[in-house]
Amino acid sequence: MIESATIEESRNTFPKLLRHNAAHRPDKPAIREKDFGIWQAWTWGEVAEEVRALACGLAALGFKQGDRLGIVGDNRPQLYWSMVAPQCLGGIPVPVYQDSVAEEMQYVFEHAEIRFAVVEDQEQVDKLLDIMDRCPRLEHIIYKDSRGLRHYDQPFIHEYKNVQEQGRAFDKENPGYFDSRVDAGKGDDLAIMLYTSGTTGRPKGVMLSNDNVIITALNGIVRDHLTENEEVMAYLPMAWVGDNVFSVAQSYVAGFCVNCPESGETVLDDTREIGPSYFFAPPRVFENILTTVMIRMEDASWIKGKMFHYFMEFARRVGVDILDGKQVTATDRLIYFLGKVLVYGPLLNVLGFTRIRLAYTAGEAIGPDIFDFYRSLGMNIKQLYGSTEASVFITMQPDGEVKPDTVGTPANGVEVRIEDNGEVMFRGPGVFVAYYKDEEETQVIKAEDGWVHTGDAGFFDDSGHLKIIDRAKDVGKLVDGTMFAPKYLENKLKFFPYIKEAVTFGDRRDFVAAFICADLEAVGDWAERRNLAYSGYTDLAGQEPVYDLIQECVEKVNRDLSEDPHLAGSQIKRFLILHKELDPDDGELTRTRKVRRNVVADKYDELIEALYSDVDHCPVEAQVIFEDGRTGTIKADLRICEAKRIEAAPEPLRKAV
Amino acid sequence: MNNNREFGDALLHVDNISLAFGGIQALSDVSFEVREHEILAIIGPNGAGKTSMLNVLNGFYHPQEGTITYKGRTRSRMRPHHAASHGIARTFQNIALFKGMSTLDNIMTGRNTMMKRNFLWQALYIGPARKEEIEHRKVVEDIIDFLEIEAIRKIPVGRLPYGLQKRVELARALAAEPDLLLLDEPMAGMNMEEKEDMCRFVLDVNDEFGTTTVLIEHDMGVVMDISDRVVVLDYGRKIADGTPDEVRENQDVIDAYLGVSHD
Repeated sequence: MIESATIEESRNTFPKLLRHNAAHRPDKPAIREKDFGIWQAWTWGEVAEEVRALACGLAALGFKQGDRLGIVGDNRPQLYWSMVAPQCLGGIPVPVYQDSVAEEMQYVFEHAEIRFAVVEDQEQVDKLLDIMDRCPRLEHIIYKDSRGLRHYDQPFIHEYKNVQEQGRAFDKENPGYFDSRVDAGKGDDLAIMLYTSGTTGRPKGVMLSNDNVIITALNGIVRDHLTENEEVMAYLPMAWVGDNVFSVAQSYVAGFCVNCPESGETVLDDTREIGPSYFFAPPRVFENILTTVMIRMEDASWIKGKMFHYFMEFARRVGVDILDGKQVTATDRLIYFLGKVLVYGPLLNVLGFTRIRLAYTAGEAIGPDIFDFYRSLGMNIKQLYGSTEASVFITMQPDGEVKPDTVGTPANGVEVRIEDNGEVMFRGPGVFVAYYKDEEETQVIKAEDGWVHTGDAGFFDDSGHLKIIDRAKDVGKLVDGTMFAPKYLENKLKFFPYIKEAVTFGDRRDFVAAFICADLEAVGDWAERRNLAYSGYTDLAGQEPVYDLIQECVEKVNRDLSEDPHLAGSQIKRFLILHKELDPDDGELTRTRKVRRNVVADKYDELIEALYSDVDHCPVEAQVIFEDGRTGTIKADLRICEAKRIEAAPEPLRKAV
Repeated sequence: MNNNREFGDALLHVDNISLAFGGIQALSDVSFEVREHEILAIIGPNGAGKTSMLNVLNGFYHPQEGTITYKGRTRSRMRPHHAASHGIARTFQNIALFKGMSTLDNIMTGRNTMMKRNFLWQALYIGPARKEEIEHRKVVEDIIDFLEIEAIRKIPVGRLPYGLQKRVELARALAAEPDLLLLDEPMAGMNMEEKEDMCRFVLDVNDEFGTTTVLIEHDMGVVMDISDRVVVLDYGRKIADGTPDEVRENQDVIDAYLGVSHD
């Protein structure tokens, strides 16, 4: 374990950090917002003034120590200041997802007993007015944007500016009040409460202390050598722990500048204008950017297209090695340099990634192709693994040791261990205080000696990197005891463009088998280029060449798995291509397109049995619900295919691209 | 929505207007008034003379008979650019934007009547001309923020979907800081969501800037929801004038819409 950093008492809370920054770098920009087409900046000195006025204004309205303040809205400087202002008075900010529906918002407001709310605009004010009679503790609503709110004359609705005005007057009348309250702040005071969106049951309020967040942020800064000169984009929801650490905590500790985009739709343009040096995005964002690039290249002129494809192919071969500082021949370096001048540099510039020193992705598995695309361009993108309960960082990839399928080594100050059932546990300075008003759940998650359950299953590979494979409760075992992680296999399959969905089976079985849904668009396109006629999905999915294509994909996955001693046993032996696409309307997928394993297993019981027998085809009939509500049946005779399994390879094979 | 609203005096009087194109009588003896800060809708079946009325209001057509009193000044003829410089701005049924120019540039053209420096100064873009342009740009950015079109600021309007083009047109009309805003079918051809957005913007404009608005609209739901008063035309004649509720009950209006033979 790498030792955790510590922080001196004069900087151990956010208000104190702000005071420190205002004294030591008063004229350095702390936060920017693009508004009216122009980037407006506030220096640390100005931010300190703004926060002080707001905090005093809250005090004038009767905000007391321990009160909770809800924050709802897009990433705006005023809302970020509303995070620190209550902390100055010993209160606790509770950012809430702004797109949550009224009931969810009501639950959080009620559960957290929020007395004050700072919101962005009329939309949010209306939402709160709707739920107000069910949240008796909510007393004051403060809004930032006055548009459309002129006729709201309720005495408990205040404009942000006016509250600050009141605050300045209050500050004059009570000199010394503000500073004494800031001085009273302690490291183990609660800093923030974050509600986790909770895939199961009600959201839980994770309480994090100043020490949790600040020391974790500092550990990240030390590990990645972040300085006060970084530029970050603040565009992810404020209620998400990541935004809190990247855009607030690390900015306050290191003193770097945070940039708020003009609106959700302009993030890419605004990113290009700012040119961030430190960037965070979930895999989906990187994927969308890559797709946009590829689509635009289709429209490029012939010569540009050629150049792009030649150099991208080349970068795929050597780019990652160059980035990782591995040995590369002089000729390759020369060609790569040429590519940098002609393609990579201009491309990164268009995306606004020229100045990126460090980018992180987390949240879910990222496709190795996407990951390598950015890395081969020379962009240092890494993966991390974290959770709200850990104040984000559990493991992160060290520079030069980045692999697409691991999440790196434990973060500074954090210990990670694997339970017997494969569950990942961690312990460190970022471990949350407790769930708010939920002692029982806290006891379940926080084990003895400060170890915390993540609910994820994983293992350490030979080089000490953690590999997350699935939710622990979904991981099963084959009859011979080999670990079987369905989601890990399915994700690997889904990384192929030809495979849209996959469902794997294997728990308490002899071997692993899979249902596969072909991607109609990609496979259809592939078939057209081969003059393969088909009438629809069912017809296409049953064709021999398509089976061959999918078999190739499955065998590539098997080869990948064979390189990993933990997973070599869970190679896919038999598979079939389903005669219909899995569909939320038929209840097979959730609305967010996650496979409902049980529904699929029940519905296609016969097919599963066929997979585990020695038949090579199976007739099937399925009910489908059309969009207009009528039902119909699809009949097909499905082929069952045997995929080659590879014995655990003695020498590592080159990774399939 | 429309309760507790206060209106000022009449901003515009239309008295006994008649307009004919050859033998076709587009408007006959139409009179009504538009009060300050209100939203007035002009409705009627196809060919009732709604757009002709709007064209008369902003001086594009010159009526053969009748007078228009705007801000206390009576006149029978007015050129469109006079109307524009006296605070009347409009949008068109068939969008009339510069397709190849960006959203921003299109909206800037709405400031044209207010630019004092001549063409040469503007071309040189130095000193006072530059200062002036920055002033105008500020106003335009306010409108961009107001109508939430930041993301399309630099996109040529020809590439925008229809609903957004309509919004850009509204933005350009607002850029002229009008006292009287004429909207010719602002919701035509829009889907439900776009209509809702547009309604909100029309109401917000009225609320925020106090702009008097005259609009032509086919969608009855929209008309009844957002207007303070409704004038109904049929075959060039005014057949009703009143609050949405009054108009809804009016037998002549029901006949005009359901079709009763005119003999």
